[in-house]
Amino acid sequence: MMLDALDRKIIASLQEGLPLVKTPYEKVAQELELSEEALISRLSSMKARGIIRRIGAATNHYKLGITANGMTVWDVDDAALTHLGRKIGTLDFVSHCYERPRHLPDWPYNLFAMVHGTSREEVETKRAEIAQLLGEKFRQSDILYSTRILKKTGLRLRQKGS
Amino acid sequence: MTDTLPRQDRALINSLQDDLPLEHRPFASIADQIGISEDRLLNRTAELYDAGILTRFGPFFDAEAMGGAFCLCALSAPPERFEAVAEIVNAYPEVAHNYERDHRLNMWFVLAAETERDIDHIAGLIEHETALPVLRFPKLQEFFIGFRVVA
Repeated sequence: MMLDALDRKIIASLQEGLPLVKTPYEKVAQELELSEEALISRLSSMKARGIIRRIGAATNHYKLGITANGMTVWDVDDAALTHLGRKIGTLDFVSHCYERPRHLPDWPYNLFAMVHGTSREEVETKRAEIAQLLGEKFRQSDILYSTRILKKTGLRLRQKGS
Repeated sequence: MTDTLPRQDRALINSLQDDLPLEHRPFASIADQIGISEDRLLNRTAELYDAGILTRFGPFFDAEAMGGAFCLCALSAPPERFEAVAEIVNAYPEVAHNYERDHRLNMWFVLAAETERDIDHIAGLIEHETALPVLRFPKLQEFFIGFRVVA
């Protein structure tokens, strides 16, 4: 994904978020010395190119009672993986869903889906829902709960030329 | 718990997680949908932000679009060496986050570097320094549609 100077300028200025005012794009455009139309049209192109996924709120899961999360992993039939992965990706309790390589014989799982809930019981119920959806197309599965955060740093845009 | 949140807040939190329109007054249409005024929406959103319920409002950037390569990695640290191994792993600035998980593979971390080759290099250094194999789980396909916390 190629970024030009304007993309980078926009990413840098919106890293902390959009201002909560009636006309947020106009305000940001003024700071960047652009017209509002130019900013909106560039944001729209960044969405089309997949650089921006969406513009919206991030919530604190814990404050909303979403305190349990489990990394569910599945050994799914390769031929059915893409089709089933897409289905699982649309479930509203799944935050990340990826195909990743197996490491046989220790690690037979090729599909990872992060499941969130208000308790481990709820996470287990949701895991069962995924199992039902996969039906006969998975051979085995496991779930890994995080027990401690050992390190967490935000991802930052590399500043070119600095 | 979400049960303690007023219904109007829940509607607001749910709609704020949808994609904000790219238009001159983007909050006005959300306010319309949930039947409150634009002023009320902005004030209440600021309060939810202050209360720590909302942590950020703005574009979600694709991490890879920011430049660089990423890889989920895992290792199996012997319990008696767990803290020492965590210290070695965390000391690398390329380790973006690291979680302890209840599995034989008990340490899961994400490497973020400039290129795929750098990822391999750093994973190799960690293997050497910890004397443990580092399993690499690069993303092969993404099936992510967009997570919404239903408040």
